[in-house]
Amino acid sequence: MSRCNKMVDLGRRHFLRGGAIAAAGAATATVLPAEQARAASGSALLDYPANRLGNVADLAVNEPVDITYPDEDSPGILLKIGHAVEGGVGPDGDIVAYSVLCPHKGWLMSYRADDKSLNCPGHFSRFDCEAGGQQIWGHATQNVPQFTLSVDDKGDIYAEGASDLIFGRPSNVL
Amino acid sequence: MAYKRQIDRLPIPPKDAKVHNVTCHYCIVGCGYKAYTWPRNKQGTLTENAFGINLGEQQAADGTWIAPSMYNIVRQDGKDVHLAVVPDKDCVVNSGLGSVRGARMAEARPSYVTGTQQQRLSDPMMWRNGVWQPTSWDDALDLVARVTARVVTQGSEDDLVVSMFDHGGSAGGYENTWATGKLYFESMKVKNCRIHNRPAYNSEVHSTRDMGVDELNYAYKDYEITDTIFMIGANSLETQTNLFLNHMVPGMRNGACFVSVDPRRTVTINAAEEVAGKENVLHLAINEGTDMVLFNALFTHIVDNGWVDKDFIANSTFQGGEATPLDDGHPAGLGSLDYALDACRTSLADAAEICGVSEADIAKAAEWIAKPKDDGSRRTCVTAYEKGIIWGNDNYRTIGALVNIGLATGNIGREGGGVCRLGGHQEGYYRPSDAHVGRPAEYVDQLLIRGGGKIHHVWACDHHKTTLNASEFKRVHKRRADMVKEAMDYAAGGTREQLVDAIVGAVNGGGLFVVDVDIIHSQIGHNAHVILPACEANEMNLTSMNGERRLRLSEKYMDPYGNSRPDCLIAAGVAQNMERVLREMGNEAYADQFKGYDWQTEEDAFMDGYNKGNPEVTYERLRAMGNNGVQEPVSGYADGKLIGTERLYTDGQFTRHGREDKKALFCAAKWRGWQAAGKAREKETHKYWINNVRANIFWQNQFLDQDIDFIQDRFPYPFIEMNEEDMAEEGIAAGDLIEISNGNGATQGMAYPTDTAKRGHVAMVFGSPAGSQGNVVSPGVNELVLPDYKHTWGNIRKIANATPRVKAVSFKSKEYRSA
Repeated sequence: MSRCNKMVDLGRRHFLRGGAIAAAGAATATVLPAEQARAASGSALLDYPANRLGNVADLAVNEPVDITYPDEDSPGILLKIGHAVEGGVGPDGDIVAYSVLCPHKGWLMSYRADDKSLNCPGHFSRFDCEAGGQQIWGHATQNVPQFTLSVDDKGDIYAEGASDLIFGRPSNVL
Repeated sequence: MAYKRQIDRLPIPPKDAKVHNVTCHYCIVGCGYKAYTWPRNKQGTLTENAFGINLGEQQAADGTWIAPSMYNIVRQDGKDVHLAVVPDKDCVVNSGLGSVRGARMAEARPSYVTGTQQQRLSDPMMWRNGVWQPTSWDDALDLVARVTARVVTQGSEDDLVVSMFDHGGSAGGYENTWATGKLYFESMKVKNCRIHNRPAYNSEVHSTRDMGVDELNYAYKDYEITDTIFMIGANSLETQTNLFLNHMVPGMRNGACFVSVDPRRTVTINAAEEVAGKENVLHLAINEGTDMVLFNALFTHIVDNGWVDKDFIANSTFQGGEATPLDDGHPAGLGSLDYALDACRTSLADAAEICGVSEADIAKAAEWIAKPKDDGSRRTCVTAYEKGIIWGNDNYRTIGALVNIGLATGNIGREGGGVCRLGGHQEGYYRPSDAHVGRPAEYVDQLLIRGGGKIHHVWACDHHKTTLNASEFKRVHKRRADMVKEAMDYAAGGTREQLVDAIVGAVNGGGLFVVDVDIIHSQIGHNAHVILPACEANEMNLTSMNGERRLRLSEKYMDPYGNSRPDCLIAAGVAQNMERVLREMGNEAYADQFKGYDWQTEEDAFMDGYNKGNPEVTYERLRAMGNNGVQEPVSGYADGKLIGTERLYTDGQFTRHGREDKKALFCAAKWRGWQAAGKAREKETHKYWINNVRANIFWQNQFLDQDIDFIQDRFPYPFIEMNEEDMAEEGIAAGDLIEISNGNGATQGMAYPTDTAKRGHVAMVFGSPAGSQGNVVSPGVNELVLPDYKHTWGNIRKIANATPRVKAVSFKSKEYRSA
């Protein structure tokens, strides 16, 4: 949690003056390794990179890990909820990942462990990590993008898609 | 599971996309947006696009972004085009912020291609052969005119009941209020009319007007420079979202403290605490309906401590005791400060007892509102109120008691001041005189319920969802409308004359012929015999003004859906058909009254109405003024710009009451407990107070939201916020379907556990298509027929367990807290 709190502090400082890229860059200092892939053109669907976000063994319940996906400019969290949720993966069906750019105005959101929500310091929107990123209350016109996950035999967790458009881009894969 | 849009890229508007000025047509704030349209087979690139920025880079917070809800494919000049409606950073109202309502304007457009809003009406419909059948405008308008003309000439214009919008923005605006006003108040003198949200044709704020103070007298920038924001019965973060975020939040960051009067803790209060710090926020969670007592105690305390603006009182307010006596049209006397104070005088102790808040907190509020600063300079305070007292107990006196404070402290007409309603819709009223309606105006719902009226013309009103005493209203309205439907069914296959005879026979026997003008097939529309499809702003050009009187032209960027038309041109069609039919009937003199509607466009209606009273204002000039428009009243035109008025009453001359002395009046707001009939007894005999509240996610009665998956996924049923101990006591779990009932009727919704809700208080969202709160509101009104929707008491029982759909919904607290 302390890590995410720091991220919020960074977010406040940087985002208040519109420095999203700087904040996202700062956030990546704590990010697990990610392999980048390039989209192919000509397909009807976007080709998302399959990025390794972490390993099941590395996650503790209700302690989010900062990630980026589909590229380093798009911050998110990887989270083990503690009970099975829809869209959850892993042996307990409880591992989820979300963008942390608020889909209202792109401010960096922080995770509140007490009720497992993402909270935007910009305009007070809130999203429920236990309900597929549903906006609990707020100004966004969509729920927070949830990253599609898979887990391989070794317990490595991969992101390979997103449910909604990520703030600040016309295409999730730029 | 949360609704997933499954959209991961969108078309990019090209550099040469057409750009249109758009004022959001939903709430009073009227945020500026830009609508970009471009041909179906064209697109911009990451580097060459309409925004002139590199979209290949992740945009920073507050950066330009088209959310999927801001995009659609619509028809423009008969061709399918891409549409993106994006918040305008250069508009001073919202500075690029979008709300959860306005940022869905594109998605809320009807589209043949993407399938959005297929509920929109495309063609006139007529009750024929047991169902509604599509028909032509000529056929539909002919029947409307023949029945209307026959009934009002056989009887009188009092047999025609009209429900019509009086506001701006969605389903209103200067073009449309003028056209309907000209039809019903000039060509005819219809007296039995009402407005979309109240059962009579009247002001929502009589007393402030009678005191000389127009209810929209400030500029939004006053919030940014004031010392104190004093908010009563309002939840602006939800209901005037970007006024709060773009003007009140900067005000609090500049040091303003925040006083909220509301029995309920709202997200607005929570956000104010986040921004200003808890020590600078005072929430007076008074007992419901006791606002007037609080205001009177504040007024008394301020006067007794000498925190008044003596010069302002001497120069700008009436000095001679009573100016206007209490009478049938004035539920309180009006006059000088001393005169009013005699009636208002209330001690802190008495107020604390009645309102249920501490004396210390009331005294603190008075200090924050009025106590001069240490250097002796006066304190500024913006006072902002809305439905909590407008739809509250004793509307006239309560609002008067509040305006008293603004007058005593000289906080009207000055920078950082203002005593204003916050507003619901935008404004856009321009009509011939309504003096013939009278005051008090006819209580139209009761007129209909007791069998009065024979024809009901309904313009963009859905009383089934939004009126009071709705259970009874719906029962009677349906019964009377069904009598006409049955008569029409029996006349099937006959001539037009036979059909008109059948309808007139039915209405003379107690039936009601209903004509519904709307954009969708509404709930009240199910009782209609003729349905006329209207279009919205941006499917036509539309002018309105916002809560700081900012007038803009919101430009047409797409075709009306199907064969729908602007309301003003529908009104013209009704008038033209009335003229034709009356001539056929040989009633030439009456027919002549319906001349003067030869408009081809909405601009013609604008020029016939608003422009005649405001000759400086034209579409061309408004277009040039863009999304910042001009604040009314417009005083001139120079150097290519319209000249407006930033705030009213800067000269200390008060005019709204029409008094020649231009002196403001104080209101003798004497407390009398529950004013409306039946309220006190209802409170005594029921367990729960049923507050009627709003939510930012819905616009008005959800007429478009009901067809948007993102919205309905969040709240499949109307939410009813409840204290968790109350829920446990009633055996209710989160999301359970519950029923609220009392002697007025019953309604339903889903229980939303709320840790900030007091025991015995529940808050139900207003106007839901899946459960109307108005079903349980008693018919009690004030002397001027203003309803008290806010004060209803009922009992609660569980109907059913949460459905699978509801179980997927989040029931967490709506309050933001930093981690």
